[in-house]
Amino acid sequence: MKERFLASFKEALQIEDWEIGLEDVFRDYEEWDSLGRLSLIAALDEEFNLQIEDKEFEKLVTVGDILTTVENTAAK
Amino acid sequence: MALLKFNNAGISGMAACVPANTIHNYNYTENFSAEEAKEVTDKTGILERRFALPGITASDLCYAAAEKLLSDLNIDKSEIDLLVFVSQTPDYRMPATSVLLQNRLGLSMQTMAFDISLGCSAFVYALSVVYSIMEKSGLRKALLLDGETRSRVYSPKDRKTAFLFGDGGVAAIIEKGDRFGESFFSLNSDGSREDLIKIKAGGYRYPSSVETLVEKVVDEHGNIRSEEHGYMEGADVFNFVLREIPPDIKRLEAFSGINFQELDYFLFHQANDYMNGYLAKKLKLPADKVPSSIAKFGNTSSVSIPLTIVSQLQGKLTEHRTAMLCAFGVGMSWATAFLHFNQCQISDIVEL
Repeated sequence: MKERFLASFKEALQIEDWEIGLEDVFRDYEEWDSLGRLSLIAALDEEFNLQIEDKEFEKLVTVGDILTTVENTAAK
Repeated sequence: MALLKFNNAGISGMAACVPANTIHNYNYTENFSAEEAKEVTDKTGILERRFALPGITASDLCYAAAEKLLSDLNIDKSEIDLLVFVSQTPDYRMPATSVLLQNRLGLSMQTMAFDISLGCSAFVYALSVVYSIMEKSGLRKALLLDGETRSRVYSPKDRKTAFLFGDGGVAAIIEKGDRFGESFFSLNSDGSREDLIKIKAGGYRYPSSVETLVEKVVDEHGNIRSEEHGYMEGADVFNFVLREIPPDIKRLEAFSGINFQELDYFLFHQANDYMNGYLAKKLKLPADKVPSSIAKFGNTSSVSIPLTIVSQLQGKLTEHRTAMLCAFGVGMSWATAFLHFNQCQISDIVEL
């Protein structure tokens, strides 16, 4: 699941030539903005059938935090 | 559950009027850099919008569309027994704009006239209301007018909404006839999400005051608006659409017994091209069956579906065609319909 998530996250933000890490604060990425957020919404829906509402999403800080949400939802 | 079925009511003609004043989004740089304008425009697919000049209202656009339609269809105005005006940008807080339009269009005083205020989902909702009245009554013809001047609702200094919205007005004639067959509607509402799209001030809960007119920086991105402006939480609206729309289509499939993928056209509310593109992909719909007017007119709220029909399907609905209409937005409110078009005449678009 981790690899699938990282691949779709990178694709959503159009990150091609460098590796992202689970500890990264994704809002610090130059590629992150409100339009990138829309791409991530589509990617999470397509890959994991998951929607994370803003209220919950605002609490997420690192790439790993998003992965944890994806894993927790999948486990339900 | 609000699942409705009607027999033998349908749209026999449609027309639209848009402001001649055209905004080109790549050049919409008074408050943003050309780079920002390009980035937003490329993502949303909204290249142009129409802004009504000062003094022109949604009802003016609808009036022009209605005159064009009645003239093209050669309709005797005395046959119109029902007039519905759909808008959240009416002429006045009172009286209802539909009543003003009854007089302006020269319709009989025995015309039944009222307004519907609902936003993006309102055209589909209004169709269900008009179909219901037509089916259960001896009324001869209904005139459904739907107009918005959303360009005046949002702050030009709020990047989240500044590039999205435009103005337009449409007119549709609805009547009875065997050729329209059965139509199906699913109508929904979720007021717990009232804060996703809203104009807070100016009603009676939070009246206009000197304070509500003050423009403020509202977030860390430096977006500026007052409480008299509309705002939209775009990410959560997208989440909402992905969660609610596919199941609504499934509900209507089960109710109607129709396999929605066999319909001829899929008309979605034109919010932005990115969301609609993803939605079409998720629902496995071929692009040539999903007409879009988003590039030319932007998001015109309730007007967007009928404006897409008039601008993209002219001449294509004279023969029998089936269509899904699916609209969603402020409220939150959403509606899906499966309809027949048959001998539907579509006029050329008028500019004002």
